[in-house]
Amino acid sequence: MKKIEAIIKPFKLEEVKDALSEIGIEGMTVSEVKGFGRQKGHTEIYRGSEYTVDFLPKIKIELVIADGQKDAAVAAIVKAAKTGKIGDGKVFVSVVEDAIRIRTEEKGDSAV
Amino acid sequence: MAVAAFSTASLRAQTTTNVPAATTTNAAPATTNAPLPAATVEQRLESVEAYFSNGDPTAPLKDTNGNITVTSPIMSSLSNSLGSTYTYPGAGHNAWLLTSTALVLFMTLPGLALFYGGLVRKKNVLSVLAQCFLITGLVTILYIICGYGMIFGGAGGAAAMKLDWIYGVVGNPKVCWMFANVTSAPNPGYSYWVSENVYAMFQMMFAIITPALIVGSIAERMKIKAILVFMTLWMFVVYFTQGHMVWGVNGIMNGCWNADAKIHGLDFAGGTVVHMTSGWSGLVLCIILGKRLGFGKENFTPHSIVLTYIGASMLWVGWYGFNSGSAVAADIIAANAFTTTTIATAVGSFVWPMWEWIVKGKPSVLGFCSGAVAGLVLITPACGYVLPSGAIWIGIAAGTIPWFFCYKVKGWLGMDDALDAWSVHGIGGMCGAIMTGMLARNAANPNLATFLSNPKLPKVYVTDSWFQPQLWEQLKTVGVTLVLVIVGTIVCAFITKVLVGLRVSEEVEMTGLDTTEHGEEGYHS
Repeated sequence: MKKIEAIIKPFKLEEVKDALSEIGIEGMTVSEVKGFGRQKGHTEIYRGSEYTVDFLPKIKIELVIADGQKDAAVAAIVKAAKTGKIGDGKVFVSVVEDAIRIRTEEKGDSAV
Repeated sequence: MAVAAFSTASLRAQTTTNVPAATTTNAAPATTNAPLPAATVEQRLESVEAYFSNGDPTAPLKDTNGNITVTSPIMSSLSNSLGSTYTYPGAGHNAWLLTSTALVLFMTLPGLALFYGGLVRKKNVLSVLAQCFLITGLVTILYIICGYGMIFGGAGGAAAMKLDWIYGVVGNPKVCWMFANVTSAPNPGYSYWVSENVYAMFQMMFAIITPALIVGSIAERMKIKAILVFMTLWMFVVYFTQGHMVWGVNGIMNGCWNADAKIHGLDFAGGTVVHMTSGWSGLVLCIILGKRLGFGKENFTPHSIVLTYIGASMLWVGWYGFNSGSAVAADIIAANAFTTTTIATAVGSFVWPMWEWIVKGKPSVLGFCSGAVAGLVLITPACGYVLPSGAIWIGIAAGTIPWFFCYKVKGWLGMDDALDAWSVHGIGGMCGAIMTGMLARNAANPNLATFLSNPKLPKVYVTDSWFQPQLWEQLKTVGVTLVLVIVGTIVCAFITKVLVGLRVSEEVEMTGLDTTEHGEEGYHS
């Protein structure tokens, strides 16, 4: 089993969710995060004070899938999340030791 | 707040021979046992007519010595703090002041609370709300015990005036101690038609919002204990004193009410009493307190401009009570004050973001809000004395001068006036007071002619020109105010520092005041 973590631009969430759904992946965990890479922040001005806001809001998607689905999932995410501009994000893939479905106590591939 | 009680109508009533035929048969102000004769219909009508011009309803009922010599249904059996009975309050005037009192309270709770609350970081939002409410209760208690008497007690007649600790400057706490004898009867020292208790409550709301404004300078780093101690001292040293000098019937700087004033200052609704005192105190305090940790390096963005916007809008609406209510009547002066307030505020709220647009490229919501508040501040001392055309100039100045102080001067000086109380209220109040001197016009307020064109005086102060003598009187008023406020604040701050300390510890400041000083969180995500 593999874990995919994808950091994407927030407005791309619906597209990525739909793209994964089309290849049969229905479950994921989503969190609102802040971060930056090469994309610079922006400046906010409040009366006389200027602040550079370095951190940009992003969405992190986490999913655990069977090994066989990994390539399709990564490709779907990258295609859906890409805008071609700096700040599109990154996808990370790591190995998962085990997965258990709480309701039925199934393990392994049948749990994801 | 200066008042329109000496209208031309009441002067006319005093000069005509209004001792009616009926009383001559009963001769002298005789035995107190003999019931007074009934007033004639004409006398009663003249009393009622005084309602419209905000004149003295008892004038037609008095003889040339000023004693009331007839009975009239307009006289109530309630006595006021002068110890005499008076007429019933006038419904319309009283109703407007009742409303205005509620409006001014609304300015603090929640207007100012939200305006300031939105500007601080999330971890300190509750501390601002708490400070505003704490000050409301604290000042009410001080005011009821002796504050009202110390500011306005001079109206307790010649006897009370003599009790001033420093005549015309510092009142006497024993006058109206524990709010004694402040009833629903009007006190003609301040208003012919508004109940004294209503007037006192109205003024109390001013006393409340003034220290609450100081919170803007010291936000996010002052101990709640220190605020309690400091504000208590400050009310006595600065507010009750300034209020007495400018608004007390015998105040030495009360130009439009006290013919014997030493400085003929004009301050209709509190440009000096409220804004200059709070703004300049804020400056002194924020310098003594020092800058917030991380100031200039960390991100101190306001946590909710939405709350600030809501608060600013509430301030505007509430301020109608503050400014127009300061006519202490629902009369022509209140009507003019309402108009000038609207114009200056709207123009200020337009000009400030225009400067931002020109200089920074974007008009901000905070700019709209700040421009409006600045407009309200600058028009405060002027609203009852200037014409609508004057209000336009004041609005332009409001959107420009405080903006410049926030945008540039504050950076040059380098102090941490967290929410710009000095730039907007201190500087704004001062500009408004000075512009009042330039823009006061006789056509706007008949009392100007009565008091400032009085033949007793060496010259005419309001000559309807920009550089009239009144401008110099305003500069003097501003000067005295600055000395009192700066020295007074330094003294109060150092006493507070010795007693309880001023600033929270570093750890408390980093964590935020809400959880550490109040045990609460503003938002739970």
